[in-house]
Amino acid sequence: MRRAFDEMNGLGGEGVRSPYYAFAEWLGTQKLDALKHKSVEAETLFRRTGITFSVYGSEDASERLIPFDIIPRILSASEWRRLTVGIEQRVRALNAFMYDIYHRQEIIKAGRIPEELVISNDAFIPEMVGAEPPLSIYSHVIGIDIVRTSENDFFVLEDNTRTPSGVSYMLENRETMMHMFPDLFAKNRVTPVENYPENLLKTLESVAPRGLDREPTIALLTPGPFNSAYYEHSFLADQMGVELVEGQDLVVLDGVLQMKTILGPTQVDVLYRRIDDEFLDPLEFRPDSVLGVPGIFDLYRAGRVTIVNAPGAGIADDKAIYSYIPEIIQFYTGRAPILQNVPTYNCRKADDLAYVLEHLPELVVKEVHGSGGYGMLVGPAASKDEIDTFRKKLQAHPNNYIAQPTLALSTCPTLVEAGVAPRHLDLRPFALFGDQVRITPGGLTRVALRQGSLVVNSSQGGGTKDTWVLQD
Amino acid sequence: MLGRTANDLYWLARYVERAENIARLIEVGYRIALLPREGEGYNEEWRYTLASAGCADGYFAKHANLNTRDVINYLLFDCSNRSSVQSCLKAARHNGRAQRIALTRDMWEALNDAWIEFSNIKPADVTANELPRMLDWIRSRSALYRGAMLNTILRDSTYFFSQIGTFLERADNTARILDVKYYVLLPEVEMVGSGVDNVQWGAILRSVSAHRSYRWVYKQNYRPWRIAEYLIFHKAMPRSLGACYDQIMTSLNGLGQICGARHACHETALETTRILSQDDVDAVFQSGLHEFLQDFIARNNRLGCEVAEAYHFNG
Repeated sequence: MRRAFDEMNGLGGEGVRSPYYAFAEWLGTQKLDALKHKSVEAETLFRRTGITFSVYGSEDASERLIPFDIIPRILSASEWRRLTVGIEQRVRALNAFMYDIYHRQEIIKAGRIPEELVISNDAFIPEMVGAEPPLSIYSHVIGIDIVRTSENDFFVLEDNTRTPSGVSYMLENRETMMHMFPDLFAKNRVTPVENYPENLLKTLESVAPRGLDREPTIALLTPGPFNSAYYEHSFLADQMGVELVEGQDLVVLDGVLQMKTILGPTQVDVLYRRIDDEFLDPLEFRPDSVLGVPGIFDLYRAGRVTIVNAPGAGIADDKAIYSYIPEIIQFYTGRAPILQNVPTYNCRKADDLAYVLEHLPELVVKEVHGSGGYGMLVGPAASKDEIDTFRKKLQAHPNNYIAQPTLALSTCPTLVEAGVAPRHLDLRPFALFGDQVRITPGGLTRVALRQGSLVVNSSQGGGTKDTWVLQD
Repeated sequence: MLGRTANDLYWLARYVERAENIARLIEVGYRIALLPREGEGYNEEWRYTLASAGCADGYFAKHANLNTRDVINYLLFDCSNRSSVQSCLKAARHNGRAQRIALTRDMWEALNDAWIEFSNIKPADVTANELPRMLDWIRSRSALYRGAMLNTILRDSTYFFSQIGTFLERADNTARILDVKYYVLLPEVEMVGSGVDNVQWGAILRSVSAHRSYRWVYKQNYRPWRIAEYLIFHKAMPRSLGACYDQIMTSLNGLGQICGARHACHETALETTRILSQDDVDAVFQSGLHEFLQDFIARNNRLGCEVAEAYHFNG
């Protein structure tokens, strides 16, 4: 098995990579027990602050923590710069794509994407056709999942254009590291991330409805304390200084969106919503939803309120569309993609399906509508029986699946039971798109805590690390 | 501030105060139950405890008889009892979590820690010997939360709604304690002056942590009309009706300033404050102590409803 590229040690034999010089020196002076002690301290800090998430439906005294690893993932300024250029290109192209398919659909007319892939897609919202979101932006908050396989090879695994989460972990991880290891920050010039909430606020303000003659009023819509990401919702609302609202606090009244305050109904101009499209408006979408606001979608179409991210933004992060992203970037920017997609086989295409069936033991096969790492096959790690079972599923419903070669994800030193050992990880930078594109330095690094595992999702035992972008 | 936030903060404060008051009531009831009694039998004291806590109907719906174990379990742990300490701490913590942003870190941690600890206690573990410690613990957690609040919260709407909740609950509690035992405070009783009545008077004062401060203020033995005066009018006594309403008025005035408007609740509170400033316990006894207290409790409840309406607690 080919050795994975390690973020600190490269491929081995060449010494420590330059972004890690100062850190490696520090690590060499630390005793394992002291490091483990710090790890426990971090967990205590997280628990006291309540950066926990509750398992769906239960509100018992013990909530869960996403494990935090105290060894940071470090990127140099130049590595990061290269990534940001690619991220910005992607953010602009994805939004241009969304504008197009909800208007003239030129990319479909040009034959670059099959029509039914878009129109029959659950994430495509026909009611959004013709809508004019402020600044023509649909996805203002995007989390892009990136993996690295070598010094210079980065691949985008997935775009998250709907309601990406994890920002609060990124911010709290940094706070915790600075609290526990101030000496490390004296030795390493790490670019701050703490202005994310400020940047998010600027982004939200910049897309207020046209013609507003006062400062826009912003609110953050949460499904409530039983939602697993509730901590993040309340954290962001608090940091931005905006009201945290639930569906029950909102009402469409006098042609505008209003929230129910102690002074009576007060107008809301921009709603940052952390609920899914289908729950947004029972008059328009799921009629049994109590999380949204009846009539809000009409208001949105009329330009009386801005919803962030816009309804229908999910069409851009649909796994079936993913394989067309290089086309999309080329079509709207006129240039080749700077960040590569993982080569992807779309099982709805006969040729691709044939290839996939032939090479199952080498591929990762994912459900087009799956999430959280469930329902997928990791070929190289699967037994013959598991592969056979999956083959049948594929043959029965080929349109449901895409496949990608297994990538040798990079590893990073991680503090595990036995000591410091390499574990696979990914990177989710967060991009904000309003009056400008603002990308937070680093983002959230997710690490698979089990040895050899490639699954980094927190719902399946993954953890997070602080991500450093060093200054020049 | 959302109306729902104001509602949650107000009720959070009420639940924390209620938990403390229930603990204190149990303590007093238990103490009396330990004393040798003639006539009724010590279990009867629990009837008054339940009545003071507003839990009598609920208890007798579940239990045929009064006995120490059942009453204490009902008041501490029973989830079907919305006023049990268990229910109060759970509801307070639930509201606190729903309004994380409005609370300071100290407040949240006090609330969360208390809930975590209490939910790990099994009723069977609370033996007779354990009970006093448990009750002390409940009072101390409530004090910790209040201390955290008073020390750290910005004096704005969060503070004001919390204060109104706390003191409305406290006033209700003091009034009920007095009302349940009003007949031992009537002037005729003083003539009798048996040891039993002294125990009753002491119990009333203990229920509001006033049995020692009374002597500091009045420099004499318990007199029933003085007790009534102390608990109704005496502003320096932190659990008196007068003291509670001073606090309520201050907070309502604060809200009036923030919101730039006054409502029916302001008028009602002002009127009650005026009544409580008259400082004339003889007049109270003349028109009837029981009637006075019942009227007060009703006015107090009405104030709660008016505050909820004025500030859109329910949207």
